[in-house]
Amino acid sequence: MSHEQLVAPELAAIDVQGISRQSFIMRGAVAAGAVYGLGAVGPFVRQAIAQEGGGDVDILNFALTLEYLEAAFYNQGLKRVGDLSGDAKSLATEIRDNEIEHVAALAKTIESLGGMPVKAPGVDFGNAFANQKSFLKLAQTFEDTGVSAYNGAAPAIESTEVLAAAGSIVQVEARHAAAIRLLNGQPISDGGFDKSLEMQAVLDAVKPFVKS
Amino acid sequence: MTDTATEAAGRHAGGAMRELADDPSSRKRFLRMMGGAGAASAFAIFMAACGDDEDEGSGGSGAATTTEKKAATGRDLEIVQYALTLEHLETDFYNAVIDAGIIKDKALGDTAKMIRDNEQEHVDALTATVEQLGGKPMRPKTTFDAVLEGGPDMVLQTAATVENLGAAAYLGQAGRIESKEILAAALAIHSVEGRHAAALNTVVGKTIVPDGAFAKPASMAEVLPKVKPFLA
Repeated sequence: MSHEQLVAPELAAIDVQGISRQSFIMRGAVAAGAVYGLGAVGPFVRQAIAQEGGGDVDILNFALTLEYLEAAFYNQGLKRVGDLSGDAKSLATEIRDNEIEHVAALAKTIESLGGMPVKAPGVDFGNAFANQKSFLKLAQTFEDTGVSAYNGAAPAIESTEVLAAAGSIVQVEARHAAAIRLLNGQPISDGGFDKSLEMQAVLDAVKPFVKS
Repeated sequence: MTDTATEAAGRHAGGAMRELADDPSSRKRFLRMMGGAGAASAFAIFMAACGDDEDEGSGGSGAATTTEKKAATGRDLEIVQYALTLEHLETDFYNAVIDAGIIKDKALGDTAKMIRDNEQEHVDALTATVEQLGGKPMRPKTTFDAVLEGGPDMVLQTAATVENLGAAAYLGQAGRIESKEILAAALAIHSVEGRHAAALNTVVGKTIVPDGAFAKPASMAEVLPKVKPFLA
């Protein structure tokens, strides 16, 4: 139900992950609003909202894709990184288990809304598992990106229940991010406000790790 | 989008919020705002832009008079005031801890300062948002003497408790916020509170995810009694 026939072929890439063109327009407009002032894009945003049909399902499928990626990342890392410290191993295990729960909950929610959950993407994490340092470095990127992805998508969620679920998950992603950052000797946050990312920016960021 | 229990809880908490608003020290808030950070002004510009769509929203009520589906409402103002109260409390707490020189460990002290700076940014941003919505920003009078007397362990335990509570408090309001812009702002703060909570949980030897894979929300009625001991 969430997939539509795309009129403009150049938008096909956006729909690959199960995200509608309307959602993307919406996200882009909100992002533009953050930069140029909401007054400029207000009517555009309202139009995008009005056009949205299965918007929540699209957002949930977007989130599901990210959670699949994260779960696979920690699963493989736990098996393949040779020099994991006890702390890193127990943290990665705890996070992996959380991500698996997120995958299950998101898939179930999509089905309950009458949607079709996307399949787990093929993944390739390159040399990330060479050692603990490279593993935790990419882990930090994934967790920070996950936080920004949820924060960026959440305001477009229609259902209060779906919003509550997304909020509940993003807080856990933020907790993961902080814990990984502590292990990496990094500050736990970049300032007082977590950035939000529009879907396309998130998809671009994770594209190197998705193998179709 | 609302259930009656949540609404009733909100009304109950609203009374408590008005109680806090009567505190005369709220007028001292301007002293606090003198060092407004860049992030806060960016936030204020962002919020200001949100209101420009239809009109300036110039009345004193704070309720935007637009026909927009998700415009700011009186309830949004109450929620932002509530968040501001909690952020003041957190900022005051870290300032008290830092001023008292209780944390001797250098790395921990730096973390406390970093968190304090984040909270101050939240205070500045939320203050600007309250004013944007036509309200008078709240400024509770706080006291942390009992905690400080308890020593470093009690201070860190309290910090962890307050951060976890703060994160739960934001999560508890997300579904009640009408304005998408205020929701986006609240989310940007919410996840930072989650980061603080995880870091402090690590410091005191607790799991970073005390609720498991899904963080639990807390309503105003649940949060306010827990912070009452810190309100003078």
